[in-house]
Amino acid sequence: MLKKKFCLIALIIFIIFSILGVFNSANTYVFAKKDRLKLATTTSVEDTGLMYELNRAFKKSTGIDVDVIAVGTGKALKLGENGDVDAVLVHAREAEEKFVKDGFGLNRKDVMYNDFVIIGPKDDPAKLKDAINVADAFKKLSESNIIFISRGDDSGTHKKEKALWLDINYEPMGSWYKEAGLGMGKTILMADNFNAYTLTDKASFLNLEDKIKLVICYQNDPKLKNYYGIIAVNPERYKNINFDGAKLFIDFITSDEGQTIINNFKIKGQQLFYPDAKQQEK
Amino acid sequence: MLQKTIMESFYLLFSFDNELSIIVFTTLKIVLASILIASLISVPLAISISFMKETPKKFLTAIFNSLLAVPTVVIGLFVYMLISNAGPFGEYKLLFTPFAIVIGQTILAIPIITSFILAGFSKTDILMQETIKTLGAGTIEMVKTIAVEHKALILSSILAGFGRVIAEVGISMMLGGNIRFYTRTITTAIALETGKGEFALGLALGIILITIAILVNFFAHYSIKNSSNLRAA
Repeated sequence: MLKKKFCLIALIIFIIFSILGVFNSANTYVFAKKDRLKLATTTSVEDTGLMYELNRAFKKSTGIDVDVIAVGTGKALKLGENGDVDAVLVHAREAEEKFVKDGFGLNRKDVMYNDFVIIGPKDDPAKLKDAINVADAFKKLSESNIIFISRGDDSGTHKKEKALWLDINYEPMGSWYKEAGLGMGKTILMADNFNAYTLTDKASFLNLEDKIKLVICYQNDPKLKNYYGIIAVNPERYKNINFDGAKLFIDFITSDEGQTIINNFKIKGQQLFYPDAKQQEK
Repeated sequence: MLQKTIMESFYLLFSFDNELSIIVFTTLKIVLASILIASLISVPLAISISFMKETPKKFLTAIFNSLLAVPTVVIGLFVYMLISNAGPFGEYKLLFTPFAIVIGQTILAIPIITSFILAGFSKTDILMQETIKTLGAGTIEMVKTIAVEHKALILSSILAGFGRVIAEVGISMMLGGNIRFYTRTITTAIALETGKGEFALGLALGIILITIAILVNFFAHYSIKNSSNLRAA
């Protein structure tokens, strides 16, 4: 009797695995076709709707569907390193260059830029509006004891913020400094809730401007330029990377057509991103 | 603000937005596949466990009960490491496809369905097993008889699994990647829209989720009640 039971269980397990096997091969066949391209990018690009515009035009000219996975820059690069995406569009130049140097990516191209801004309460209690440069603004933040919300998720914005603290040789600590560990939109909403300061890219702020009370308190320092670059994942590390698709997409986004879409993309009449591919080629 | 959000969400619900219906359809497709596979595994598994001797039965029941506590993000992480291109099953390119979510949700549902069925088996069921055995039934027949006898219990266990799976967000986000028109499910869409400050759309999706759950439950319970009435007559 016991043997019979054992056989039954073994049979069940066998059936399970064969079902999974069938699904597996079907899945490889159906889903991993060459006309899908996986692109990891940052929440700022996806949430504003720019990626959708670009992908629609790209699909029209090549027939390739772009699957956008919106995560922080740190995670996007990690996904590229593991070969889970075919290309990454991120904003952290040092990390990008390291990514290429370490052999994880190829063919890095500048795509566009916008600005980081410091947003905060309307009455600006830390007096950031009087700051002479961004270092001074951060110094004022560190001295004011007003709550500052940090992304805290190793995203491009978080990397930038850490670099800016490092510039003034200050390590933020204490009850006024809160690490959210959230995406940009949620971090802004949290800052709004606390009536706090936070560093954000301008696009994410404009996207939410109507829904929050916070305003831009400091902007326009050249150090706050936010450069986006695109990198194809190195196909030598993983054989099933859609490198051809990635190359096509990089060519497209840096072409006149792609750059025009970026240039013309507006929310409420405001331009969010500025094309950047041309200057680099000179 | 709450009132305005609710009004807006109802407007969205009745405008039958195309993207909204794609999200709902994707969710149903994925959840039904997960529940189907999980049920095919769990029901025979639970009945086999109930056949076992006291000690291994208690041990396995305890294991499955503990597995109920595993957070979805941990399941997501586990499956992620297996199917990532850097992992052992990387060559199949499963990550960030609907199928990846199905794998994770199946793993989520199996312990739920199994332990709910096990909890439903009472002392009398053991007596029934003995009776069937003395009547000379084979193992497969026995499993079949028990499954039919406990139709209502098995169904509500599967529904419990369904409820958990359709409501989870960790696995879908981690393994599906929340890709628009491809792996965006109701829950990941809610997470996304909340992040963008679009509370009305998030709430509308929440209402749809609850509506689906209510419809599925009513339909299932109604159908099982009807069939048991028939049997009694």
